[in-house]
Amino acid sequence: MSAGVQALAGINVVEFGGYAAGPHIGKMLANFGAMVVHVESMGRPDGFRLQYPPYKDNKPGINAGGCFAFFNDSKFGVTLDLKKPEGIVLARRLTDWCDIVIENMRPGVMERLGLGYESLRTTNPDLIMLSTCNMGQTGPRADTPGFGSQLSALAGMCGLTGERDGPPMLLYGPYIDFIASTLGAVAVLAALEKRRRTGAGTLLDISQYECGLLFLAGPLLDYHVNGKIAERCGNDDPVAAPHGVWSCRDGGWLALSCWTDAEFARLCAVLGKPELSADPRVATAAGRKSHRALLDAAITDWSRPRDAEKAAEILQGAGVHAHVVETMADLFADPQLEARRQWRRRPHPVIGNQAYLMPAFDLSETPGEITCAAPTLGGDNEKVFRELLGLTEREYADYRAQKVFD
Amino acid sequence: MPARPASRAGLTLAWYRNMEPMLQGCVVLDCSERLAWLAGRLLADLGAAVTKLEAPRADVSSVEWRALNVNKRLRRLDFAEPAGRRALDELAASADILIATPHPGAGDAEIFDHRRLARINPRLIVVAVTPFGLTGPKAGWLVSDIEIMAAGGAMSLAGEPDGAPMRVSATQSYAWAGAQAAVGALTALAARARTGRGQLVDVSAQAAVITAIAHAPAFVDILGIVPTRAGAYMTGRSVTGARFRVFWPCRDGHVNFILYGGGAGRRTNEQLVAWMRERNVDLGPLAAIDWARFDPTGSTQDQIDAMEAPIAKFFSSISKREFLEQAHRREMLGYPVSNVADIATDPQLEARGFWQDIAGPGGRSERHCGAFVIVDGVRPPLVPTADEPDRALPKVAT
Repeated sequence: MSAGVQALAGINVVEFGGYAAGPHIGKMLANFGAMVVHVESMGRPDGFRLQYPPYKDNKPGINAGGCFAFFNDSKFGVTLDLKKPEGIVLARRLTDWCDIVIENMRPGVMERLGLGYESLRTTNPDLIMLSTCNMGQTGPRADTPGFGSQLSALAGMCGLTGERDGPPMLLYGPYIDFIASTLGAVAVLAALEKRRRTGAGTLLDISQYECGLLFLAGPLLDYHVNGKIAERCGNDDPVAAPHGVWSCRDGGWLALSCWTDAEFARLCAVLGKPELSADPRVATAAGRKSHRALLDAAITDWSRPRDAEKAAEILQGAGVHAHVVETMADLFADPQLEARRQWRRRPHPVIGNQAYLMPAFDLSETPGEITCAAPTLGGDNEKVFRELLGLTEREYADYRAQKVFD
Repeated sequence: MPARPASRAGLTLAWYRNMEPMLQGCVVLDCSERLAWLAGRLLADLGAAVTKLEAPRADVSSVEWRALNVNKRLRRLDFAEPAGRRALDELAASADILIATPHPGAGDAEIFDHRRLARINPRLIVVAVTPFGLTGPKAGWLVSDIEIMAAGGAMSLAGEPDGAPMRVSATQSYAWAGAQAAVGALTALAARARTGRGQLVDVSAQAAVITAIAHAPAFVDILGIVPTRAGAYMTGRSVTGARFRVFWPCRDGHVNFILYGGGAGRRTNEQLVAWMRERNVDLGPLAAIDWARFDPTGSTQDQIDAMEAPIAKFFSSISKREFLEQAHRREMLGYPVSNVADIATDPQLEARGFWQDIAGPGGRSERHCGAFVIVDGVRPPLVPTADEPDRALPKVAT
């Protein structure tokens, strides 16, 4: 499953858990060559399989979930009943085989299963293990369960989204989970570097909450140093004016911003109102912020008769910051994303030819890849336990008869 | 983590090696503009020796600069001058990673060109962070945070359904780009361990923002449905298209609570009803619901609206902190909508030593976000940004 030339070829990863925060780390590693095994059970499959649409033909099914698939491409999928002692035995075979364990259970669950770090490293001394959860492994609220969509509110992002006098806004999904998973990948890769240098394994404790706060490091420092409480302010910016979105003929929206008086003059020329840039009321950014209605009307008069994409191209040609507000459909038609092969389709036995998202970077010498579609539930049991772990046919059959793979 | 030896005499090389910062010996030149400041900060927090290169008159006093360049050394170099470019090349000759935000087609694209730098140091990893990546039809487009959030689809999913698309009022796309850049840098470092060669890491901020929008694109791909913004509600959890309230006014702001299904939803919903009963709140249709059988996947809008009405009334009577404490005590899913002041006083962060007080400009103590991960039980400490123009850089990692 991993190409020999990829950056992380030869690195083995085992994931315990589900949803986004853990598995998205494994996906990024898998896209650059790591061999990643996603562990579920028939009784408790990954929550993304059945709790979140979209499903093929809008019919929920254990292997029909596009949400689960989106974060689990390029991996092997196995099932183990961790309530059975034999299930733990096989889990330990996996953790002895791998370089990295990623888990996003609630704190203490892995220890109760006999899969805590101190236990695992007795038989795999240089193991790297990353535990990620809402609050981290310690502290008075360490045991708080939670989903990222809600944690994004505790971490300040939702409160900073929306109009000044309106309610907070959702950032669609578990926004903060993907911050934590991206930073989790940074931590795991740093631990690999340390192991290469020293031979030592590492235990990594990731609090998704804390990771999210790094994305608000500036406003938090501003509060600590100056007492300033950042507030949501629509699409305004403290420096640029105009700065926002405007509706267009095709129902789309145009985002644009002007960061200097000269750029504003270029915008006015495009709008067909070159005299506006000399108007003393809007000659400076402060003036433009005070006369928002005047600018809104001028931009709207120009944007309304135009399609958003075309309007953005015209403004770019004139040296003005601009881009269409892309819808989810637009993301599949964007020539930039197409040129960079950001989406890569792979055939899934139930879902069909699904588009998978590559990480946001690529490497010139050891490029990434979507090596295969996401696994079906337990679909790689035989491959992983027989070929990778070396169970004999008899052993495998015995475990199966004991329903260890359920 | 190995147990610390009881006596000084018992200190072992192995123990010290295990306590080494994860990226000890990794030398990073951070030549980035705002778009990628976070990348160097993340590497610095894990022990890399990061030198932030800034133009002689560049402003380094803003809170954004200080928050994202803490833990780095500061060195002034003028790339517009031949001497500055020569100094950069000298530094690059012994560095492991160079982070830059070149502007395709502009002069700095040549300065930070990977092929040019590879001739100076074949082991150098060059991380180029740009709005759209170094190639493609929009590679030279002029954009800032709002346009990148628009280009990555995030704005189309935030805001009122019948209103304008929204961005987060605090810049986010640059952080997404910086975080992906750090992953890319270390992925290339892992490759170098085997090949001995550096390479180019080409990071697109637009693509980084797509990471933020979860599986929303899959609805288009699989069903031909285009998800859009739902304001204070969540969609996409019911096959009927029902929307679920997410933000509820409370006594001093808002709380985030969603009627989930599954095992976690069952406990949350049962506990909420128990809490409401203790307060003698009229439960309405909630009283008759068997939460073990509740499945939001098939719920209609009318059913959801009827369930949410008594909950809204109850939440309007409680405070954010009360919700946080009770939700924790009762093991309920849900959080208050915090502002920076709420976050700054959260006991959980205090208990984990998240905040780090270090000297800022003029020696005044500043409270920063600490490193994002606890490593073997210890949060790596921050050090103040030091302006050391004449200090020799550490040698390259061996």
